[in-house]
Amino acid sequence: MINAFARPRGAPPAEVLVDIEADRVQFGGRSVALSSCHWDVPVKGAVYGTLLNFRQELDALGDKVNQPPYGGMPSAPVMYLKTPNTFIGHGAPIPLSADVTQVLVGAALGVVIGRAASRVSEQEAMQYVSGYTLVNDITVPHDSLFRQPLHAKNRDGFCPIGPWIVPAGALPNVASSRIQALINGEVVQEFSLDDLVRPLPQLIADLSQFFTLQPGDVLFTGLSPGAPLAGAGDIVGVAIQGLGKLENPLVREQDIVGGRS
Amino acid sequence: MKRGRIAYAGAIHQVTATGDKVRLPNGTLLNEDEVVWLPPVEPGTIFALGLNYADHAAEIASALPTEPMVFLKSTNTLLGHNAFTIRPDDASMMHYECELAVVIGRTARNVSQADAYDYIGGYTVANDYAIRNYLEGFYRPNFKIKSRDGCTPIGPWVVDAADVADPMQLELRTLVNGEVTQQGNTRDMLFKVPYLIEYFSSFMTLNVGDVVLTGTPHGTINVMPGDEVVTEIESIGRLRNTIIRDELAPTS
Repeated sequence: MINAFARPRGAPPAEVLVDIEADRVQFGGRSVALSSCHWDVPVKGAVYGTLLNFRQELDALGDKVNQPPYGGMPSAPVMYLKTPNTFIGHGAPIPLSADVTQVLVGAALGVVIGRAASRVSEQEAMQYVSGYTLVNDITVPHDSLFRQPLHAKNRDGFCPIGPWIVPAGALPNVASSRIQALINGEVVQEFSLDDLVRPLPQLIADLSQFFTLQPGDVLFTGLSPGAPLAGAGDIVGVAIQGLGKLENPLVREQDIVGGRS
Repeated sequence: MKRGRIAYAGAIHQVTATGDKVRLPNGTLLNEDEVVWLPPVEPGTIFALGLNYADHAAEIASALPTEPMVFLKSTNTLLGHNAFTIRPDDASMMHYECELAVVIGRTARNVSQADAYDYIGGYTVANDYAIRNYLEGFYRPNFKIKSRDGCTPIGPWVVDAADVADPMQLELRTLVNGEVTQQGNTRDMLFKVPYLIEYFSSFMTLNVGDVVLTGTPHGTINVMPGDEVVTEIESIGRLRNTIIRDELAPTS
């Protein structure tokens, strides 16, 4: 059973009690089939990812880190923004425009900030986290990490989030759990966050030295090395034990009728 | 019409401005110096252009961009008129950037240059500070140089698009402690506003209230704590900011 906060479509934001095995969800005094529910994006704040926070990302770059145009290992966390036009809820289609054939499925843990975090220490950082959600950092493959990749990461619908937020207290060890990327229901990638360059407390602490994280903001773990590719017709997803599953179909943009694009 | 957001008497108000007066929705008139100016916009997305004036590009880079050099900024950067921006003690080059800020007025996707002005709600002034020695080589400009808390004063107000005859013919200038240090004209943008709307909306939806900071001309110099920096744009407004030390910086 998962006890979470969610925004069921057509109903007020609510606490929900989810039983994935039994395909049931309870909210607002009702019990309905989970598979019949639509979920809007459960968060209201800004959404940030981080680059170069997986050891393997750095290993893959090797000495390129020190060469032009990069010019050395960055001293501060390298962040990027998923803009509001990218946010979609569980189940909503991800539109692919004509110039995009395949995208990376960016399975990630979303960390929801509970109160304003500015200049916090590593030791106290996790006290600023109120919950967790799933984020799919849909990304067009791109080789250069030099400039911000708006074309690759900020297209409409390129950031499914949800289905819900689980309170931090319910998942004390979530940062050491396995993150799964799904394509058409199959697990195609599985990785852990054991080997981050900056584990979550350090990431929050370092970022907060010059950047105030606001309540409702989401910090996610970034595009993992080896993220799988998928294309139109595939259903892509993210799963983490205790958080459930976030799945969205990839659809050609011209095939979406009346959808949010 | 000039539309602002202020804090006054314990509440936040949408206001209109005329001369040096501010008008609350209930008709009360206040002097512009007795209110706290907030950023006049609350954008979902802030786009910014680098190297969009040839003379500034020559100042900091070797080659002109062949397509818009665009980046995103987080919303923690925004400050209102008359506010204070921190210069960290280890900054060696912190410079202002006077920029025309375009506020989106209608949801825009796949909009052509010819129709672009129909999607603009108004214009304001932004000062997109940079701490140049924080520039690093990944996904740049990186957050530490361009998405710091309070590094982007904006305002004082948004001028309705209908009140700006030609946004591509506006004088910009910056005054540091009353002396003009930067001057330019929006006609010298490499990628003009209609082109930028077409470009962004070709691959992502622009939402109402989103802001495009259109780049800065030549004349960006180092500023120090105590300096008063005024960025102003003809027909739009005059935005004042003061540089301060980081009083809470950890001492080593």
